[in-house]
Amino acid sequence: MGKVKAAILGSGNIGTDLMYKILKTDGAMELALMAGIDPESEGLKRAAELGIPTTDRGIDGVLDAEEIRIVFDATSAKAHMAHAPRLKEAGIIAIDLTPAAVGPYVVPAINLGDHLEVDNVNMISCSGQATTPLVYAVNRIAPVKYSEIIATISSVSVGPGTRQNLDEFTMTTANACQKIGGADTARAVPIINSAEPPIMMNNTVYAVLHEEADEAAVLESIEKVVADVQRYVPGYRLKAKPYIDVRHTPWGELPTVIILNEVEGAGDFFPNYAGNLDIMTAAAQQVGEQFASHLLKKGGVIV
Amino acid sequence: MKAPIITDTTLRDGSHAVSHSFSPEFVASVVSRLAEARMPVIEVSHGSGLGGSTIQQGFSTHDEWSLIEQAVANKGGSKIASLFVPGLGTRPEIVKAAEFGIDILRVAVHCTEADVTQQYFEQAKNSGLGTVGFLMMSHTQPARVLAEQAKLMESYGADCVYVVDSAGALVPESVRERVARVKDSISVNVGFHAHNNLGLSIGNTIAAIEAGADQVDGTLRGLGAGAGNAPTEVLVAVLNKMNIETGIDLTVLMDTAEEIVAPVFKYPQILDRDNIATGYAGVYNSFLLHVREAAEKFNLNPVAIIEELGRRHAVAGQEDWIIDVAQDLKAKELVK
Repeated sequence: MGKVKAAILGSGNIGTDLMYKILKTDGAMELALMAGIDPESEGLKRAAELGIPTTDRGIDGVLDAEEIRIVFDATSAKAHMAHAPRLKEAGIIAIDLTPAAVGPYVVPAINLGDHLEVDNVNMISCSGQATTPLVYAVNRIAPVKYSEIIATISSVSVGPGTRQNLDEFTMTTANACQKIGGADTARAVPIINSAEPPIMMNNTVYAVLHEEADEAAVLESIEKVVADVQRYVPGYRLKAKPYIDVRHTPWGELPTVIILNEVEGAGDFFPNYAGNLDIMTAAAQQVGEQFASHLLKKGGVIV
Repeated sequence: MKAPIITDTTLRDGSHAVSHSFSPEFVASVVSRLAEARMPVIEVSHGSGLGGSTIQQGFSTHDEWSLIEQAVANKGGSKIASLFVPGLGTRPEIVKAAEFGIDILRVAVHCTEADVTQQYFEQAKNSGLGTVGFLMMSHTQPARVLAEQAKLMESYGADCVYVVDSAGALVPESVRERVARVKDSISVNVGFHAHNNLGLSIGNTIAAIEAGADQVDGTLRGLGAGAGNAPTEVLVAVLNKMNIETGIDLTVLMDTAEEIVAPVFKYPQILDRDNIATGYAGVYNSFLLHVREAAEKFNLNPVAIIEELGRRHAVAGQEDWIIDVAQDLKAKELVK
């Protein structure tokens, strides 16, 4: 029995990087189709050169193709809202890389196995993929009252979609820090830095705790989650040893865990500094692999 | 020469210098005096804009909305503006600020990132607000780039675009060049916002007006982030001497600066080593107190931190890099 057929919908930068990632992995999925709407797009040309079937008819092309079981949607939130019901009707699993958030948030290092029976999952945002594991790691040891994350990304790696929808990016990320990171309340602040040469994606997490906590246990938990993310993003790391500071907050002087993180990309299609784009595609690929293995198992095939 | 429209931003930029501790009573008294002096625009918000109360920027001691409420209640014939930094603020805050009765939203971004502002200018316009675009850290880009960015803001609905010298790093010639180029490129107003790191806040503001700036900023007694701003009362005095009639009452300004604002200074705002280094290295002024705190915690010279932040091209909002830099410098020190 063959592999599970997957399609990438959206032949922009994200879709193209994801294509290279899937091609270099011998897993449970095979890339059966690259779909775009612009026949001249770089992504479709590159796919065709690599011998991947392509279509410039977008979602219609995907639905006309045979045996596609998984679709990675790397278009836009608005487009995904239209795609989602059509994919569902066709019985295709949607892995949504837009901020549409039709389905539940998924972060491979946290809840990869929880949503294998749903037909639509959402990848949050690049900063959500990078920071929610850190909030989660603190919260599972010492409950987090408030988390604040600062996601700093290079200007050249921020596409027009994010630029026109910065609010959606900000709110979705904060929401994920609560929903799956576990913080009672959360804020997320994106910073775009235009320095040349471009800076690497880096994130700061401030996690305000309800009460004092065992610093060594918190550190161990953070280091463990970093190792979990490194399995799919090898360039995900701590910049320095996290520490607990006492900070002035609206709720009084409270212990606050401070974590500095950076994300170096794998350099598949994007340059290495664009860890923000890389962590999105790497995480999506992980999720796709998990769904594909699950489908094969359900089909009675041992993988 | 035409008189510029002056915005007093003591109650916004000055918020940085007092770690965001302005009380509603203080806001009420300063706004009522500024209104009495016929100040055209008074800016009130957290130093980092609406929603700026965070760990990264420093939490406000008093709820920001209670400050804005007092400002609106006491504004007389003046207009109330609030700063807005995309990412720290979101559109719901714009809607709320308009409901509270502010008149103008000033949307501030790093001076290469104007294209993130469209949804905010549109929201401000839909909420009936006047709009200003703030191109921060404008010393980092040549006049040509600033002009392109200003055009984008104009296309999104800005009524005025400011060249903002956030680091106090510009000199009169570089101010003139930038303001003149932006003025040539857009049909709406052009503004200039100074910081005093190199002792040029008034000189640069005058250079901007001579180069065509329609709007300029000041703060009473210069109270502002880092080295502070152009003192509003000095600016009005200088404009009077130049026979540029602003219609603002100088005596009321001087009294307010002396009697109400001077007592709230938390430290002498002078051109000391840290402030000069900030201007010279081109570092965002509101980093100052955070740098001093990190320098003390990690036992480092603040200037070493400031210089490294300049080398790394930190932009507005990157206070977290101060910790990163301090940790790196400390690690290097230990290796030695």
